[in-house]
Amino acid sequence: MIAPKKHLFLKDKARKIRKEIVTMVHRANSGHVGGSLGAADLVVALYHHLMKHDSTNPEWESRDRFILSKGHCTPVIYAVLADCGYFPEQDLLGFRRPGSHLQGHPYQPKTPGIDASTGTLGIGISTAVGMALGAKLKGQKHYYYVLCGDGEIQEGQVWEAAAFANKYKLDNLIGFVDRNYLQTDGHSEKVMPMDPLDAKWASFGWKVFEMNGHDFNEIIDTVEKAKKENRPVMIITNTTKGKGVSFMENKAEWHGKPPGIQDFKKAIQELA
Amino acid sequence: MEYKQTRKGYADALIELGRQNEKVLVMDADVAKATLTEQFEAVFPDRFFNCGVQEQNMLSAAAGLALEGFIPFASTFGVFATCRAGDQMRSSIAYPKLNVKIGVTHCGISTGGDGASHQSNEDIAMARTLPNMTVIVPGDYEESRLATHAAAQMSGPVYLRFGRDKYPVVPEIHGEFQIGKSKVVRQGSEVTIITTGILVSEGLQAANILEQEGISTRVIHMPTIKPLDEAAILSAAKDTQGIVTAEEHSILGGLGEAVAAVVSENYPCPVHRVGVMDTFGESGHSAELLDKYGLRAKDIVTKAMQIVKR
Repeated sequence: MIAPKKHLFLKDKARKIRKEIVTMVHRANSGHVGGSLGAADLVVALYHHLMKHDSTNPEWESRDRFILSKGHCTPVIYAVLADCGYFPEQDLLGFRRPGSHLQGHPYQPKTPGIDASTGTLGIGISTAVGMALGAKLKGQKHYYYVLCGDGEIQEGQVWEAAAFANKYKLDNLIGFVDRNYLQTDGHSEKVMPMDPLDAKWASFGWKVFEMNGHDFNEIIDTVEKAKKENRPVMIITNTTKGKGVSFMENKAEWHGKPPGIQDFKKAIQELA
Repeated sequence: MEYKQTRKGYADALIELGRQNEKVLVMDADVAKATLTEQFEAVFPDRFFNCGVQEQNMLSAAAGLALEGFIPFASTFGVFATCRAGDQMRSSIAYPKLNVKIGVTHCGISTGGDGASHQSNEDIAMARTLPNMTVIVPGDYEESRLATHAAAQMSGPVYLRFGRDKYPVVPEIHGEFQIGKSKVVRQGSEVTIITTGILVSEGLQAANILEQEGISTRVIHMPTIKPLDEAAILSAAKDTQGIVTAEEHSILGGLGEAVAAVVSENYPCPVHRVGVMDTFGESGHSAELLDKYGLRAKDIVTKAMQIVKR
């Protein structure tokens, strides 16, 4: 359990981040709003409570890393990084615009705070297993957090990475599957059934937890438990795609559709 | 003539590099006996990572290791790195310009008995279109060894291409290896042969034949496909009547097209390509296939004659 004051702080942060997500995607008229809103609570909990990091020193060797394997959800990570002070909030105005460092998908060489480039699905978790192995070779103790989409895990490469993490006993790797059951073309279990996820990950040698991805207490408790495991951990994170904006919730169409001016105004009202 | 494996040059260099720099790691995808990286594993078991049969994860994980400051040499067959794991080469390595070396063996038609599925005749084309990627195709054992060292010295992604078979040792191409620099291995004034990879020996033989016909022939060996030594190409275009390119790769997208583009934009002259035609290969002995697919000295001579008779 976290202190009520901290809980309130995280809720406020998440609301601010959600407003920023909707604004960025509306302004750019391009981007992924649904999955970003759904992951907002988790990313806020990571950056404002769980992770050891320092926005004044983005290259700090001992920091915990976050890899957005579902790379299309850049609005959530950019909003959080800007809020943490990794770069000026006005940079968010350039999201998806020429000359901006805020590319449609994360690009590590250019954006302070982005720990790995992702975009094509499957490469994020795979890069993360290499990073986590590298840290173990150096005897470092920090953690690697990687967020996968539940559509993304249909990629074969994800399961290659899962096997690799088991082989090299990457106990510094904690993954999340953002389980909202929606992907671009519809319901995930119709597009390509992957349930039962817990049994799949467990059979690859991972410890599996499940949590409500909108409950800060549960997120923080589960991650703290995960850190005590001596093997890679996958946390099935149950979320609502579009969370926080009533008309976007649980709608596949809001995966990659930017809100027009009316929808944008309605969304901002709800998030006020 | 002495024959040695180019992949052995790669494997020997890895051990030398392993001794020099503890950041050097080697990865393989269950072909360590074939790429010969098992030699590295024997000396440095803690710095060798067999990824099993998963080339895609190997390349992205190599990117992760590079982000942690290591210099991973990810090793597999050419066809698996470029075709199976093309996205990972592009998105995980080339795009963020990470310090990953992709060392591939079993390239070209001389892969032999495994047949078309394993004969990578398209990989140079795929690798050289990736921004940030350096592409090196060494000509023999020693040059393979030196090129591997040069790749480790530079920061950034490198695609190193080797064959399976034993290939002629060509002393003319030994000595200092500089990425992006070609070597004039024979001076000549009427026609130029530009070779890459193991066809350098065929190029030199072709020059001998042409000299006997009274045709003064320049031979340039160009192990770096990218960045391309444009100055050497343009000198050849200006000094001689035309250029024959020779590569153990498809005529599409490799050395030949790269040379032709430089020439046509700057100093047009005839460029004829020797390479595998737009076709898949087949099973056979390495030598039989080099004959059948037209990658011999006589094939280079035929093209050179076409140029001087124009």
